[in-house]
Amino acid sequence: MNNESKSVIERKDFQALFDALSAEGYKISGPTVRDNAVIYDEIGSAEELPIGWTDHQEGGSYRLTKSKKKTLFGFILGPYTWKKLLYPPEKKIWEAQKSDRSFEIVEAESKPIKQAFVGVRPCELKAIGIQDKILRDGQHSDPEYGALRRNLFIVAVNCTNPGNNCFCVSMNSGPGVSDGFDLALTEMFNGKDHYFVIEAGSRAGKKILEKIPHRPAKPEELEQAEKAVERAASKMGRSLDMKGLKEILHNNFDSHYWGEIAKRCLTCGNCTMVCPTCFCCNIEDTTNLGGDRAERRRYWDTCYSVDFSYIHGGSIRSTDYSRYRQWLMHKIAYWQDQFGTPGCVGCGRCITWCPVGIDITEEAGAIREKA
Amino acid sequence: MAKMQNKSKTSDISLIDPMLVQAYTIQRVVRETFDTFSLELEPQSGGGEFKFAPGQFNMLYVYGVGEVPISISGDPSKEKPLIHTTRAVGTVTKAMKNLKVGDTIGIRGPYGSSWPVKEAEGYDVVIVAGGIGLAPLRPVIYYLLQHRNKYGRIVLLYGTRTPEDMLYRKQLEKWRSRFDLETYLTVDRATGSWRGNVGVVTTLIGRAPFDPLHSVAVVCGPEIMMRYTVLELLKRGVDEEKTYISMERNMKCGIGLCGHCQLGSSFVCKDGPVYRYDNIKHAFTMWEM
Ligand SMILES: Cc1cc2nc3c(=O)[nH]c(=O)nc-3n(C[C@H](O)[C@H](O)[C@H](O)COP(=O)(O)OP(=O)(O)OC[C@H]3O[C@@H](n4cnc5c(N)ncnc54)[C@H](O)[C@@H]3O)c2cc1C
Ligand code: SF4
Ligand code: SF4
Ligand code: FES
Repeated sequence: MNNESKSVIERKDFQALFDALSAEGYKISGPTVRDNAVIYDEIGSAEELPIGWTDHQEGGSYRLTKSKKKTLFGFILGPYTWKKLLYPPEKKIWEAQKSDRSFEIVEAESKPIKQAFVGVRPCELKAIGIQDKILRDGQHSDPEYGALRRNLFIVAVNCTNPGNNCFCVSMNSGPGVSDGFDLALTEMFNGKDHYFVIEAGSRAGKKILEKIPHRPAKPEELEQAEKAVERAASKMGRSLDMKGLKEILHNNFDSHYWGEIAKRCLTCGNCTMVCPTCFCCNIEDTTNLGGDRAERRRYWDTCYSVDFSYIHGGSIRSTDYSRYRQWLMHKIAYWQDQFGTPGCVGCGRCITWCPVGIDITEEAGAIREKA
Repeated sequence: MAKMQNKSKTSDISLIDPMLVQAYTIQRVVRETFDTFSLELEPQSGGGEFKFAPGQFNMLYVYGVGEVPISISGDPSKEKPLIHTTRAVGTVTKAMKNLKVGDTIGIRGPYGSSWPVKEAEGYDVVIVAGGIGLAPLRPVIYYLLQHRNKYGRIVLLYGTRTPEDMLYRKQLEKWRSRFDLETYLTVDRATGSWRGNVGVVTTLIGRAPFDPLHSVAVVCGPEIMMRYTVLELLKRGVDEEKTYISMERNMKCGIGLCGHCQLGSSFVCKDGPVYRYDNIKHAFTMWEM
């Protein structure tokens, strides 16, 4: 990172970022508070950000509280992930019109909208990169995902205040970003001064930055911002020792400990829905009542369902423990064999949103210990 | 005129959606057994070259009902017709069984890995099939016979539950009368006028005429049958690295995007369905992987 290229935007000028993005034709999505949670949705101005909100996360628990600090990004992560906007939970792929004894396919119209995501956490940026490998860079790819990615503008926000369930340091995905963004911010607030250290990571980022009132960052501002991110790295709520873990898991596929975990697991699939890297989907073909029109839809799916692995004669993974095992093995071990990276970025969502608080770091750690 | 047009209105999307299907017309339906049938298909958009490697599969779409993976079972040297042999077991395959000549079926493919016909050159080839498992292996038999002088002995071992469950019966008769292909058939249970072998297909392996130290084996059938077959082959001295099996898993996309077909670290739709045994044996022998 080149410090000379870093600037400062004052809080009072932050709206200019939204104005500049809108002027460039981006549809802006960002964090906003709804139903007692921070979610990602279309927002028009900086005022819709979760100003002054923080979240408290534990295994199986999430709580939003107002703090006196009027920070814009003082929360950690909510249940939503950006994949919702790049690979929607439900999508029509095509329709078919019946004609005599044949049918004609009409591809679903999909407009590759220009989107800007404001407030992408470093771990989430890493997760987008992981989904790119799967959905965009393989032998076959999802054309809509590719188009949305090409038209995406990313405003990343470094973390200075990690939560109890965060372990991005273990997964090498945070708390600061290094690349893959258009703009990256570090929010600084000390009661008196409230400003953002900002850095452009692409030509599109530079172009937007030029339209926002900014000034060169002072050396002490840079140092404080860097320190804040460094401090965050030492404040991780959890950790996962990845050293040799892939091999340990492979060698312990048979461990009876999986059965212990399964006693608690409800196989609800929440962890796969909130995970920013899970990509599994189901395809459904249907017709209308008259039968002259058929369609194909794609839905997010989860390996926790019995049907997921069904083949004639029965499900491959019929026991609860085999499905929990599939999830954890996939995240940590198989994924590395398949895509050269773990399928976990350490965001902690699966821990927070598990109804019984099962913790991937604890369970993987336990397998290591029992090994 | 092509019936199937890609009416995409998108400009930015340069790639064609891999989930689109091509319409094929059913030219002929062959009833193989009481629950198994072969469809001969030709594309409605003309052209009609369909190139595939023995062992690959297509996704077959029955209008409005659903889509399932089915191996290609025709002759790989012929670009028409495209042939699929399917056993009616559930929603989609039963609906498929009700289709008639002139009806339309949607096709995507070919996908997946193939049988090692090149690697097998110079070797004896042992083909072991159980039940519907002969369908994905038939393209290999066509290929080997067309390139007969490149191989040593070729042995086909085929087992079904009863004589009535045998696929391609006329063809089996023809193959049996050839001198350059050793065909051995067996049934679990003899019915009617059956005078041949009775017993599971693995019982044929011990006495089949091939040189185990100089053979390539290709195996397809129910998973349990493949387990015992591989054990027998290894026992006779065939190399794990010269033994190939074809796996079945739930498949929704066929192209590595839906995650359903995962078997340990591999995706059966793109890394398989055909695997060299030593590469998959770890997953193959693990329960509920
Ligand atoms: C690579 C490959 C090649 C195959 N080749 C052939 C072939 O040549 N001939 C043949 O008769 N069958 C073949 N099968 C099996 C065939 O795909 C299933 O019999 C078929 O999917 C059953 O669908 P259904 O809707 O009729 O059954 P249902 O029991 O109603 O199935 C519901 C759904 O479960 C899944 N499913 C069920 N059984 C299987 C299965 N055995 N394998 C994969 N998914 C399944 C499908 O998604 C199906 O839509 C092959 C399977 C694979 C994976
Ligand atoms: S198999 Fe399970 S853990 Fe893996 S991506 Fe799919 S849903 Fe997620
Ligand atoms: S597995 Fe859990 S901690 Fe890891 S990326 Fe997914 S939701 Fe986050
Ligand atoms: S069938 Fe979808 S990933 Fe293999």
